[in-house]
Amino acid sequence: MAKLACEFIGIKSINPFWLASAPPTDKAYNVVRAFEAGWGGVVWKTLGEDPGAINVSSRYGVHYGQNRQVIGFNNIELITDRPLQTNLDEITQVKKDWPDRVIIVSLMVPCEEEPWKLILHRVEATGADGIELNFGCPHGMPERGMGAAVGQVPEYIEKVTRWCKQYSSLPVIVKLTPNITDIRAPAEAAIRGGADAVSLINTINSITSVDLDTMSPEPSVGGKSTHGGYCGPAVKPIALNMVSEIARHPASANIPISGIGGISNWRDAAEFISLGAMNVQVCTAAMLFGFKIIKEMCSGLSDWMDKKGYLNINDFCGAAIKNTNDWKYLNMNYKRVALINQDHCIQCGRCYAACEDTSHQSIAITEKAGAREYTIIEEECVGCNLCQITCPEPEAISMIDIDTGKPHLNWTHDPRNPLREKQ
Amino acid sequence: MSVDHDIQSKRLDAINILDNFSDIHPALTMKQALVASERCLFCYDAPCIQACPTQIDIPLFIKEINTGNAHGAAKEILSANILGGSCAKVCPTETLCEQVCVRNLKEQAPVNIALLQRYAIDHLDSSQAYPFTRDKNTGKHVAIVGAGPAGLACAHRLAQKGHRVTLYEAEKKSGGLNEYGIAQYKLLDNYAQEEINFVLKIGGITIQYETALGSDITLQELRNTHDAVFIAIGLNATNKLNISGEQFNGVEDAIDYISQLRQSTDMTDLPVGRRIIVIGAGMTAIDIAVQSKKLGAEDVSIVYRRNQESMGASDYEQELALKHEIHFIFNAQPYQILGNNKGVTHMQFKQTQYDTMGKLVATNDIIELPCDIIFKAIGQQFNIFPLANKDDPRPKLDKRGRIQVNSQFRTSLDDVYAGGDAIDGLDLVVEAVDHGNKAAAAIHQQLQD
Repeated sequence: MAKLACEFIGIKSINPFWLASAPPTDKAYNVVRAFEAGWGGVVWKTLGEDPGAINVSSRYGVHYGQNRQVIGFNNIELITDRPLQTNLDEITQVKKDWPDRVIIVSLMVPCEEEPWKLILHRVEATGADGIELNFGCPHGMPERGMGAAVGQVPEYIEKVTRWCKQYSSLPVIVKLTPNITDIRAPAEAAIRGGADAVSLINTINSITSVDLDTMSPEPSVGGKSTHGGYCGPAVKPIALNMVSEIARHPASANIPISGIGGISNWRDAAEFISLGAMNVQVCTAAMLFGFKIIKEMCSGLSDWMDKKGYLNINDFCGAAIKNTNDWKYLNMNYKRVALINQDHCIQCGRCYAACEDTSHQSIAITEKAGAREYTIIEEECVGCNLCQITCPEPEAISMIDIDTGKPHLNWTHDPRNPLREKQ
Repeated sequence: MSVDHDIQSKRLDAINILDNFSDIHPALTMKQALVASERCLFCYDAPCIQACPTQIDIPLFIKEINTGNAHGAAKEILSANILGGSCAKVCPTETLCEQVCVRNLKEQAPVNIALLQRYAIDHLDSSQAYPFTRDKNTGKHVAIVGAGPAGLACAHRLAQKGHRVTLYEAEKKSGGLNEYGIAQYKLLDNYAQEEINFVLKIGGITIQYETALGSDITLQELRNTHDAVFIAIGLNATNKLNISGEQFNGVEDAIDYISQLRQSTDMTDLPVGRRIIVIGAGMTAIDIAVQSKKLGAEDVSIVYRRNQESMGASDYEQELALKHEIHFIFNAQPYQILGNNKGVTHMQFKQTQYDTMGKLVATNDIIELPCDIIFKAIGQQFNIFPLANKDDPRPKLDKRGRIQVNSQFRTSLDDVYAGGDAIDGLDLVVEAVDHGNKAAAAIHQQLQD
């Protein structure tokens, strides 16, 4: 049977699932409940200097999909609003009570050497397994020169990381903000500063909705709002890309990654790990469904690994990196087309509307025995996948490889490329 | 108790009756409407639209419900079918829009179109402006005979175009079948009249009640005093069994009883038989059987001369009857009715079977059932209205004896149109609305020429 126990920058964990630094890890009560449910570790909600942060009322805004399914939500909550010593005492106690579980302490203090030096000593005394530098919080803290304000300036990241390595023996994870143009720059800065790992992504700048009666964006604080940090299933594709960017970039390929961003089930976790994350952090899924979802994540991942013959996380960690490339290296001679399985088609015509109105006019309608039959016009089909995406029936449309008989040819060598490399 | 002629009122008390005649399909809550509307796939060239005689854009109104615009959904429905409210309640959607819903294919359950349509209509925001406007008065005046679904739909469309309309209605109330003929549990309270009030809000429509064509007013008079005439008088006679004993007390037309039931102010006062036989196999047969049961009849049997597969009532309607513990007796052809001076006591049937050619033949096996009431629900007929003078022109009739019309719903007389059950068709409310809509378009066209 597959083993979920794993090691991340020398820290042993009973499984690769940690709770990310956020409200679920705000205090001992929650963290103990999480450990009882089976979570491998937590990143304790960000500590800062006293006095603690002051939060506003009304803190989360939602982006709903069908059936009130939460596609994503955002928050305008700040770092911990509890006294530093209270948090440190609780961390000490919980770590003592749960020695096999991981506690990473998230930190955010002003971008000056002295405050970092002071807090690092106190954290180390708790027996915590490591620290995570919160350079990502996109609201509230940047106005005070912290959070994303630091994460968006590689020089600051490097400087603070270096202080942390200098004044603490704990492993250092640098949490990256996605609110930048190229995620590789802050990752490289963290590496230069001596980081042991990076974790990403933090939340994304966002406004989830506007109340059209009051004309206030959500979450409304007395009729006014601000941008908040977006999380949940909607951000997963953005996070996956950023993880892969770091994992396949030569200058950052060797830095261990803790993957974060909309991980809702075992499959999402497996995808992050396949793109190079060595473990994952979860928040939104727990906030929506409670800590019990860890059971689905563990059983799903373990069963899938058994089916695939993977004995441990390392067996497939990074397995999809080699298949993640720049566009110019994709095979220009590869062809796929859609195939509609009439036994599963329910004749809703969604594929037709999509293809006819917005794509390549590659679907034909014929009347057959009073019913409509949709078929693919193979010569016109470019294999874009849109019909399959829009189809409500999971088995009705498949994408089929077409053997063109032509060799692999990428754009750098394609004769149609005026700037092609001469072979 | 096994006495004959057991017909009495107050078989059930008022509370039980009220409960039995509550809405058969309770309205959807907002949450239910959201969940139901999520299932609509917004099909291309949607089969449900094609299956609706009035071509309501069903995927569009469901999308509007789903996006929180039920008022807009109602406007969308009403612009295609001004009686969309009652159609949502009385349409046999299981054989129309819901039957062709693509969700049936893999999930065996259509989108609940009928209840969503009703949800939309119920949420039309009455604080908003009336959703239809009337063009400038054209000075043209159209006579519409019959204020049922076809007549009302035609009147509303013509009024929008600025024509003046007078509806000539034989009964005391307008609404036609919706007022007099639909099972009580499908159309509750005063829904038909409320809907008509909404129709009339367009303006330019007057109704002249208790004015029957042929007796109170003649076609020739209408033609002389109006620019066009639309005849939508519905069916006006019932089929007979033509067997001995049909004259006994207790042998009744189902539709007469339904009308009596719909118009009664206290249903506990209605006379109800203990043992009831219903002859027929269509929706009216189911309606009268179920309502009899709801009024407290002990034993109700629907007897049909053919087999179950040949029944006109949909599977859904049949299930409804079974749920009310109504017996079905198939392959039994009415033979004779037995009774005495007080009324009917028994009815005899001949067992039928299909011969090798598939033809239905009666055998000599007799089935005898005791009964207090026999309801005939074997269909209605169309009788053409009488003429003032025998030489007056009259629209031609078709083979079934109904008024013959062309694709524009124009009769053999140039300025006379006809629709609804007065012409050949499915005899459905929603189809009558379609006739009214199309006839209005044709009349408007003619009045402009």
